[in-house]
Amino acid sequence: MTCLPKNPSAKKLGLVIDLDICVGCHACAVNCKEWNAAGQMAPLTDIDPYGAEPDGVWFNRIHTFEAVDTESGISRTVHFPKSCLHCEDAPCVTVCPTGASYKREEDGIVLVNTDICIGCKLCSWACPYGAREYDEDEGVMKKCTLCIDKIYNENLPQESRVPACVSTCPAGARSFGDLGDPASDVSKLVAARKGYDLMPEQATKPVNKYLPPRPKRVGNATAPRLLEHKDDSSDGAGLLARWVDRILTA
Amino acid sequence: MHPAKSVIFFTTATGAGYGLLFWLGVLAHRGLIKADFKFGLVVFAIAFALVIAGLLASTLHLGRPSRAWRALSQWRSSWLSREGVLAILTFIPTGLFALAWVILGDNTGIFAWIGLIGAVCSMVTVYTTSMIYRSLKAIPAWATGWTSPGYLLMSLTSGGLLLSFMAAIGGYWPAVDWLVLPILFFLACGFVIKLSYWSMIDRPIASSAETATGLGEFGKVRLIESPHDQPNYLLKEMGFEIARKHSKKLRRIALICGFLLPFVLIIGQWQLPSLAVCFLGIAVIVTMFGLIVERWLFFAEAKHVVTLYYDT
Repeated sequence: MTCLPKNPSAKKLGLVIDLDICVGCHACAVNCKEWNAAGQMAPLTDIDPYGAEPDGVWFNRIHTFEAVDTESGISRTVHFPKSCLHCEDAPCVTVCPTGASYKREEDGIVLVNTDICIGCKLCSWACPYGAREYDEDEGVMKKCTLCIDKIYNENLPQESRVPACVSTCPAGARSFGDLGDPASDVSKLVAARKGYDLMPEQATKPVNKYLPPRPKRVGNATAPRLLEHKDDSSDGAGLLARWVDRILTA
Repeated sequence: MHPAKSVIFFTTATGAGYGLLFWLGVLAHRGLIKADFKFGLVVFAIAFALVIAGLLASTLHLGRPSRAWRALSQWRSSWLSREGVLAILTFIPTGLFALAWVILGDNTGIFAWIGLIGAVCSMVTVYTTSMIYRSLKAIPAWATGWTSPGYLLMSLTSGGLLLSFMAAIGGYWPAVDWLVLPILFFLACGFVIKLSYWSMIDRPIASSAETATGLGEFGKVRLIESPHDQPNYLLKEMGFEIARKHSKKLRRIALICGFLLPFVLIIGQWQLPSLAVCFLGIAVIVTMFGLIVERWLFFAEAKHVVTLYYDT
């Protein structure tokens, strides 16, 4: 059914992405591709992967933006990973004519049933965030599953039951959890850091939140020195060194 | 948005076909045209050919055309599904109306009413087509009140001109004389609607690179590194720039061919009744050309908000 769940549970699984931490290494996108091209959801098509014009389906793409304050001239470089936000009012779900697109009642994950998708692409037109991509090989739409085949996989150790993008992030910029529970770690993080929605004017109520970069330090503060430099004084040096120093200084 | 040929053909062909069925129902209901076998056969064949070819074209761009029947299931939430259901339902009254006209030679009484029901269903189907686009908030140029009137008016003018031309060939002059008056009115409405639509879509939209990234508090946002160095699906499907380059000229062509010239040609056929068939024939051709340009612009000029993440 492509109506949104009538009685959604309070549980809203999603991601929190810290733009202050992300270094733009693309590891999350690569591991996303790795997991989804090899696991339950495989294959995740690539077209001409080693040719002149490689193309393919990716669930996660990393942009790098620059924000320039026109008055002060201060600019900031922000690495910006973007994947499905698992919106509460997901427009991609309600436009689907076949029932292939759906939002899970129990945890809010938005999925595509590729067995009945007709590949009309309307969901990709409806999504403001570009979270849905067309798989030319299979003729159906694909999207981020929040690694549903990983987060509930009892064959994996508990600490591995998080989306591939989260477990791989070397900087710890991505967190996964229940954003419907105000007491969860991710909800507390969002509250503490003033996490926000992308394009709130589209009224899609995204579950995923972004944490803004922390304010930039301005002024003349220099970086702290890790080593005490001894070049300008021979105090504390050995007897021979002090004797050489005295001769050469004279 | 990428202006796919199949979707442009789908919307213009079904629009003209449903417009033709609408006016046939109205003319029969008003008793302005008798159920002639030869005329009925040709006109209904053209109307159904346009509708069916358009609907088939719309399934051609599917990744899995063999599953197209599944698109009829989600009419509760999806305008695309509603359009499919109504397109099929519309075949019932319009099909009965056509059979009665061609086989029984009757378009009066109960059959005139069935024709009128078919006329209403035809316009409702065109409305659902327009709502597929109107309902997409992520494409601000479509999510406006001008979208549906545009689709309905252009269906009425193209179908109406097609019927006037064929009725003129058949010598049904009272029908032609009655028909051209509402067409003139709808051409004028369409002209105003398109102008208003274009002035509306030229205004800035609510979304920007700043709201898309949420980085507006740090200043003006621009992309410095794309996620990949080749265009991806999103850019191929949603990013399209050629139209914006020539939009002024193309808009003028759409207005002149789609609305102004047919208006002038209808007035011309009043002045020169001996050339009326010729004038109406030319009007049909220029209108269809104008509508195809208009529809191409409708897609090509519409900017999807996802492009804000890509600086296009």
